[in-house]
Parts: sequence; C-alpha cells; structure tokens
Amino acid sequence: MRITLHVWRQKNAKEAGSFVRYDVPDVSEHMSFLEMLDVVNEGLIAKGQDPIAFDHDCREGICGMCGFMINGAAHGPLRGTTVCQLHMRKFSDGDELWLEPWRAKAFPVLRDLAVDRSALDRIIAAGGFISVPTGSAPEANALPVPKEKAELSMDAAACIGCGACVAACPNASASLFTAAKVTHLGLLPQGQPERSRRAIAMVAAMNENGFGHCTNLAECEAACPKAISIETIARMNRDFFAASFSSRD
Amino acid sequence: MQLDAKVPSGPIEKKWDEHRFDLKLVNPANKRKYTVIVVGTGLAGGSAAASLAELGYEVENFCFQDSPRRAHSIAAQGGINAAKNYPNDGDSIWRLFYDTVKGGDFRAREANVHRLAQISVNIIDQCVAQGVPFAREYGGTLANRSFGGAQVSRTFYARGQTGQQLLLGAYQALERQIGLGQVRMHPRTEMLDLILVDGRARGIVTRDLVTGKVECHVADAVVLGTGGYGNTFFLSTNAKGSNCTAIWRAYKRGAAFANPCYTQIHPTCIPVSGDYQSKLTLMSESLRNDGRIWVPSKKEDTRPLDRIPDAERDYYLERRYPSFGNLVPRDVASRNAKAVCDEGRGVGPGGLGVYLDFADAIKRLGVGVVRERYGNLFDMYERITGEDPYRVPMRIYPAIHYTMGGLWVDYDLMSTIPGLYVIGEANFSDHGANRLGASALMQGLADGYFVLPYTIGNYLATTKFEKVDAGHAELRKVEGEVRERTKKLVESRGKRSADSIHRELGKLMWDKCGMARNAAGLGEALAKIPEIRERFHREVTVTGSGEEWNRELEKAGRLADHLELAELICTDALERNESCGGHFREEHQTPEGEALRNDQDFCHVSAWEYTGPGNKPVMHKEPLTFEHVHLTQRSYK
Amino acid sequence: MSSVASVGSRARVARVWQAPIGKKAVMALTGVVLFGFVLGHMLGNLQIYLGSEQIDHYAVLLRSSPKLLWAVRGVLLVALVLHFVSAAQLKSISRAARPDDYRKYDPQRSTLGARTMLGSGLLLLAFVVYHLMHFTFGNAHPDFEELKVHHNVVTGFQEWPVSVSYIVAMVFLGMHLRHGLWSMFQSLGVSHPRYTPALRTFATVFAVVIVIGNVSIPIAVLAGLIG
Repeated sequence: MRITLHVWRQKNAKEAGSFVRYDVPDVSEHMSFLEMLDVVNEGLIAKGQDPIAFDHDCREGICGMCGFMINGAAHGPLRGTTVCQLHMRKFSDGDELWLEPWRAKAFPVLRDLAVDRSALDRIIAAGGFISVPTGSAPEANALPVPKEKAELSMDAAACIGCGACVAACPNASASLFTAAKVTHLGLLPQGQPERSRRAIAMVAAMNENGFGHCTNLAECEAACPKAISIETIARMNRDFFAASFSSRD
Repeated sequence: MQLDAKVPSGPIEKKWDEHRFDLKLVNPANKRKYTVIVVGTGLAGGSAAASLAELGYEVENFCFQDSPRRAHSIAAQGGINAAKNYPNDGDSIWRLFYDTVKGGDFRAREANVHRLAQISVNIIDQCVAQGVPFAREYGGTLANRSFGGAQVSRTFYARGQTGQQLLLGAYQALERQIGLGQVRMHPRTEMLDLILVDGRARGIVTRDLVTGKVECHVADAVVLGTGGYGNTFFLSTNAKGSNCTAIWRAYKRGAAFANPCYTQIHPTCIPVSGDYQSKLTLMSESLRNDGRIWVPSKKEDTRPLDRIPDAERDYYLERRYPSFGNLVPRDVASRNAKAVCDEGRGVGPGGLGVYLDFADAIKRLGVGVVRERYGNLFDMYERITGEDPYRVPMRIYPAIHYTMGGLWVDYDLMSTIPGLYVIGEANFSDHGANRLGASALMQGLADGYFVLPYTIGNYLATTKFEKVDAGHAELRKVEGEVRERTKKLVESRGKRSADSIHRELGKLMWDKCGMARNAAGLGEALAKIPEIRERFHREVTVTGSGEEWNRELEKAGRLADHLELAELICTDALERNESCGGHFREEHQTPEGEALRNDQDFCHVSAWEYTGPGNKPVMHKEPLTFEHVHLTQRSYK
Repeated sequence: MSSVASVGSRARVARVWQAPIGKKAVMALTGVVLFGFVLGHMLGNLQIYLGSEQIDHYAVLLRSSPKLLWAVRGVLLVALVLHFVSAAQLKSISRAARPDDYRKYDPQRSTLGARTMLGSGLLLLAFVVYHLMHFTFGNAHPDFEELKVHHNVVTGFQEWPVSVSYIVAMVFLGMHLRHGLWSMFQSLGVSHPRYTPALRTFATVFAVVIVIGNVSIPIAVLAGLIG
C-alpha cells in the first residue's frame, strides 16, 4: 500500500521545526510502524539526507522508549499498543498520516520526533521508591500480600514510562504516570511507611517539573499502552489529601 | 596474560562466607572519597550503582537510553529463580547449584555458580522489600512456577513482565540515590573507550548522544554492566540499541574475552516476515507447556492446514523425545526446528517456521483456560502477525537471545584489567555453555546487589591511587583516539547504510555460526567477515555531523565493533572442537543427534587476549574442575 | 520532644491550595455547593406549574429572612468566585504546560462537554449575570414587577429570543454538570470500578433532568401552556 507521511522535522531543541511530506510507496502490511520508518530512513540516507530521528529500543512494547503522535493520537489509533507494536495492516492504502512529537513544556523536543522525558525520572527520584538499602530486607514471605492487592499493584506497576499520558492530555498532565507509581507502591504493605511522604513529594515534583493538572478527561487512560486506569489518579488524590492534612511535616 | 580466577579455598559451601571475611573493608568515612563509574543501568548495572551509592561511594552512572529504566533487562518475561523452596518440593541451594552447572553443560566455574545459588534467596527478599509485585497465592505468600530444565518450582514471576518489575525495583533504588545526589546519572551517553592509567582502569571516554560532546570521566574503578552481544547477529531478541562497544573497547585495552562462541538461541520467537525485519520478538517459553510443535510430514506441503490430516503431521519433538516431548531444553528444541526446516518441511513465508498448535489444548482445557494462561502472548502474536492463534496455529522459529560468553572475570568479578569489573550478561561467569530459563535475572541482580559491592571494596581498600587530573596525558591520548575514530566515521560518504551492512553480517553469522556450526562453515565465515569489514569502511555512509544527534554515526560505530567481534566469535567456535550447550558443532554429536562434549580437551574456559590490530588473538585456558557436580552427558530422552 | 515538627493548619491549607490537585479539590467542593443550588433552584422554578400564587408565595418566603438570604447568597458568591479563580489559575497552568499545540489532535475518550468546561463555565457566568439582571434585579426585563415571579417569567419568556438564550444556556449547564458531577468525586479521590460507572450514568441522567426541568418553562410559556 501507499502511505503519505507528514513528519515533524526539527534539527535540535533550539531551532524551529516544520512538517515535511514523504510519500512512501510499497508499504507491506506486515511491517511495524517503526519498520516502515526504517524504510523511509534508508531512502533518505541513500540520498545523503538526515534520517528521521525517533526514539525506540526494545521494539516489543516494554521499554517505553518509543512514542509519537499519529494523526493526533498518542502511539497511533490502536488502543493498548506502543507505536513499535503497531503494524501497518491497521492502516489503509492512501492514508495520510501526521507524525508529531509528544508536546509538553516538560518534554522539550530534542530532534524530530524525539523528546526529553527526564522530567519523569525526576518525579520518581522525588519519592517513587521504597527506601530499603541492599541487604536490609526481611525474609520475603514475612509480610503476606493479599493476592488481589498484588494484582492491582501490578496493574499500576505495568507503566512503561513512555509519556503517552502526558502527550494525550490536553493539559499535559503527568497525573497518570505519577499516580501509577503512587498506586503500585501504596497498595503494598512494604510501601506503607513512606506512603504519605511519597504522595506529597511526587505530587510536588510533578508540579515543579512543569506538567499540567488533571481535568478527569481520561485521555491518558485511552492512550496508555498498558491501559492503566484513572482510578489510580483518584487514589493519588486521596493519598495526597490524607497526607497533606494528617502528616506532621 | 595470567588468568587467576582467585577462587577461594575451603569447602564450596563456605567459600563465599570466608572470602567475604577475608575481603578488606573501606572505612565508612572514607567511602565518599572513592568514585566508581558504572556503565549500564540494567539489572546488573542499575543494582550495582544503587548499592554502591547506598554504601557511600560516589557513583557516575551511564546509559545510552534516555532513562535508566529502559535497559533491556526490562524485556525479560518469564521469571527469576531462587532456592527458597517455598513449595516444599525438594529444592535447595545445592539443587539450584547442581541444575545450573548441569544446565550449563559443565562449562561454568563451580564456585561462582554455588555463590549464585546461595545469593538467590537474598535477591527475592530484596526485591519484595522494594515493592516488586510478584505473583501471590491467596494466602498472601509468594507464588512459584516451574521453568524449563528444572523439576522443582523455583521461579518467581510478575505476570509476563518479571524483568520489567525487577528492573523497576533497581531503577527506583537508583533514582532514590540520584535524588540524594549520591549518583550522577548520565543518560543518552555512550561509552566509547576505556582509560587505563598505570595498567589500571581509571576512567572512560563517552559521547553525549544529543550534543555529540566527547568527554573523559575519571574514577577509581570502572564497572561494566553493558549486557550481551547478541546483536552481532543483527536479528535477535535484543533491543535495537544493545551493543558490544563497551566490552569490545575494554577487550582492545587488555581485558580477556571468554567463550565468545557461547550464544543462546531461544526456540519460541515469531518468525521473520520480510526483508525490512528489524528485530525478532520472543514469546515466553511457557507456551510449550500446552502447545504442540509440528511440521507436515511431507516436504513443501502447501495444502491448507485443515487439509493436513493428523497422520501426516510430524510432532517431531514428541516423536524423538518421548519423555520430555515439547519441553526439551532450549538448544534441543531450537536445533530440531532448524533440522526440519532444512529438510524443506518448514512452514510460513520462506519456509523458516514450525507450528506451535493449541488446537488440542483448547479442546482439552477450553478457550477460557487457554486465554487465562496465554492471553497476553496470544494478543502479542496477533498484533505482530495479524493471525489469530485461537484459530490457526502459531508459527515460531528460533532466534538469538542471550550470550553466555563475555569478558573474563575472576571470582571477584574483576577482569584481567585491574580495577575493571564486569557484571551481568557482559561477563562470562555463571551460565557455562547454556543458560537455564529464569537464571539471567538472578545472575544480573546477584552481581549487582550482593557480589560487586563487597569485592570492589577490597580492591579500593588495597590499592594506592595516583591522582589523575583532567589534563593527564593518558586521558588526552584516549580521548584523541576516540575523536579520530568518530571523525573517520563521520566522513564516511559511501552508498550503504550501516543497517544494510549489519544485516549482511547477521545473515552470515546466523548461517555459519548460529544454531549449528561446522568447521567448513566457520572457515567460510572467517574468510568473509574481514571482507565485509573492509567493505564497511569503504561503503558505509554516515549522514550529518559528529556534533549533533546522529543515529547513523552511533550505528556505524557499533557495527565497526560487531564486525570485529564477529570474527572472534567464529574463531572461538572453530577452536572449540566439541559440542556443548548452545555451541553445537555438527561434527560432534551422539548417534541421536545430541551435543557431544569432549571433556578431555575442552573442559576449560577459552579467554582471548587482544594482541593488536591485524594480529591473531591469543587464547588462554582457564581449566575447569568439577568436584561436586560430576561430568555426565545431558539426556532429555 | 519529637523530632518531627508540626506545621500549622494554615500552612497545610496553603500547601494544598498551591498544588493543582488542591485547586481541583476546591473546584469540586465549590461545585457541590453550586450543584446543590442548581438543584434547589430548579425545584423552586418548577412550582410555576402549580400556579401563580404558589410561586409568588415561594418568592416571598425566600425573602422572609434577609439574614438567611444574604448568608446563602454569600456562600454562593464565595463558591462561585473560588470556582472561577481556581478554574482560571488551572487554565494558566495548563496553558504553560503545553505551550505548543498539536497540528492534529484526536481525542479518544473525552466528550466535547468535558473538554470545554472552561468555555461552558464562562458562558454560564455571563448567563448568571444576565439572569440576575433579568429576573432578580429586573433591569434587563421590559416589564419587571418585584416579587411577581409568575408575571415576570411569563412576560419575560414570551419574547422568543430570550427563551432561546435561556434554552441554550441550559444545554451548556447540562454539559457542564454531566462532567462536573462525576469529576468532583474523582478529584476528591473517590473512585471505584463498580460505583464510578454508575456515578457517571447518574451524572448524565441528572444533567438531563436539570436541563429538561428548566428548559420546560420557557417552552411551556412559548407554547402558551403557562400564561
């Protein structure tokens, strides 16, 4: 099939960018979206032009490195899927696709479709952990964890940190990302000692890093390749209020 | 070069404890005076960086990805082994030790493997405390499952995302230290060379992948946790960015490279669908628990599936291995798939695939149970192939998955370069010639959490360090060499992309040095690799400059190293004139077609020493002795 | 003495207010007040179907205790101001968080009403001002008589452009309520996979009831059913 791409090209964080049109003939339906871009890039390289820059690594939907907007949807039209796992058979001959980088103040564009997502790491560094230095752990079965809680915790822990939630949110909020970690750790008995501190510190970091707020539109949930629920955001809000009014610091 | 494994004396159960007592300690107040560079943020690198920082060392941590959370450990699906014996089914440290040595086809160092089995129980404790949401029983205790090659249930898992969850545990511990200022993280930064001062590893040269800035970083010790080199084969289950550059540069600075030919093939991957294929996707081996593997009995049978009667389907694993059936170890399953495809009985485009059929399982268990057990994997298969595995059998084919070889290390995980430590898949240590399922995660975390933090202290405490400042001649020299190499690559204005040449190398390696190898094929590969390498330097094109984001430059640099390593892999494969584990030499097999070891001549580690450009590397032998697990022929009949 | 210092309650409130989550909570809590008002107001309005005496008497009743009346008006005004100030501040945060817009943006889940809360809110604010001038102070009414509610409503709505503007405003109110009603629970941290979907259905039904209840009056006037 034949696909027309309009790709955001931007040389670096400082220079302005613009859309460039590429006609891609002979796209195989078995290609992944990124393999289709590989083919476009081979063509550009053959002509001595700069290939389209995009982040990617594992190409099996787990590392969270890939991601951009396809026709205004984060990771493209298929739900619960990263762009590396999106295959061309989901598109039709003659489709025109607009590829844009995640757009948020907290995610400066580095080049073309690649952005800097280190703000997400800073949110984790603020409190997305359980402080347990190596060697200080008790016997693993000392604290039983109800199966249901372990499962719910795992649902939230499945976050791959791709940033699609921020990209899809009209407010560029990192609420789902932050809430997923608050939920993952807050549901486990191991996470209780720091639960209040964590909620306050991570929420503060989210704001300090320039992300927006949540207006409960659930665009993040729809864009999340791991289908993490916005119920986690309610949980984070709950933890935040409880911590704000009960903690002593 | 002298190989001294420094395995402590004494009974094997006490070696590690006594050794830890013998290790010199760094005074707590003095730890902050030492800086350690850790390259890589996977299970090994991430856990090491976090643990060293917790102890009080200053840590500089590097990764090429945009975040330490993305290291390829994240893609491990199945689980992590530990000798907890929670199911009360007879497991023990000794049994895990035994299974790992035997599974490795008697090519691993006994003392290391025993230590690994001992530490395995601490790893689970640590990870649970960090909040890793392992699967639980209804009573709240940890759940276990069995995994290929073991008869006990000792595998801990977090759905099909165990690697992800363990890595996030280490990543969170690491981020905590970054937040405390104890670790300085350098993401999107690639190590391009190792700096030696007075024969000791004292720093690295890096390139910032966004700005192109080349820099030197100085430390008192350097730790490489940079993963395996499976991407030498181009198509593998590794991430696209996984590469051998860090270990290869260390090799060229004097670190011995051990057993490069030990590569592991995973039998249940999704087959190649076209020339544009960029990587291979693995599906958990657990599929073999209920799926039946078959090919048509007749060659080039093009009938539609439903027209092939059961009598004309060859369930070849069940036929050849009646007791293990579809659950034979990875290498056996892989080689048999290749054999039937070589006979012209392969299925799917290109004839490189075999069926993994769930029709009987669905009949026996119902769709509901099958969906519950394998739903995620079926969905993934459908996303990639567009075929519904509930209705048509999956097609699978083996793919390169893991490399047991790596930089040679002693019992303390130090390479042949003093002060250079190598951990995780990057070293060669614990898996011998074949790694058992769910053991990679165990080894990465054992090295990073519980071995390196002790052993590196001994080195730091017993070494006098000369001050190395930014203007040191050795720094300037190595940095200059890196700049020169980069400049040469940037100026490449040929006609071919690095990827197209990498594909060519990969195909050659897969054909001649893949699942089955023979002297003639390896000879051919050894003749062709220098030719491809020469063509690479003539024909590759790198667009853009060195002072910007430049993926083509990165790829070309990594490929240059893969092209050299490929030759060493084949050299080692040719030299190791026996079959063992993942290294199958067709000349050496039992009448039933199983790997036939030659313990008389090859019961050793082959550690290769670099001797300069154009020179043949020199092989050194570390003899292996098996005092506790006796040398026997593996049999899965 | 404990090594953990305690922060005063004022500092705690300030900390919550500074966080966007806190502002959302303020919007939710003031939303509850405004939502209660909308419900009560509609129930009051519907008395028009019981005849002019009933509703005029209701108006007199409301005015019978000026203290209570002004207290309620004060609470409503404070709620409205806080609701508005929070919304405005949040909008500026949101705008700063996404300085560059997408060339294409294709919402996958949210309704138009949910995405245009600020727009519908501003429109409703303008409507409230007009509504007060129309039926409370009477300066926008051509034939206003103090405390003659039935008369004022009938003569007011007999001008069809006025009725249409009321109907349009009520549709926006419905959209605003439909999202706001369940969203306030989410903002305050109340969510459950079993009850939240039911709450969302309830919010939709409720918004429709409010709209129909209020819109029925101008329609009834135009249709000559009330007169």
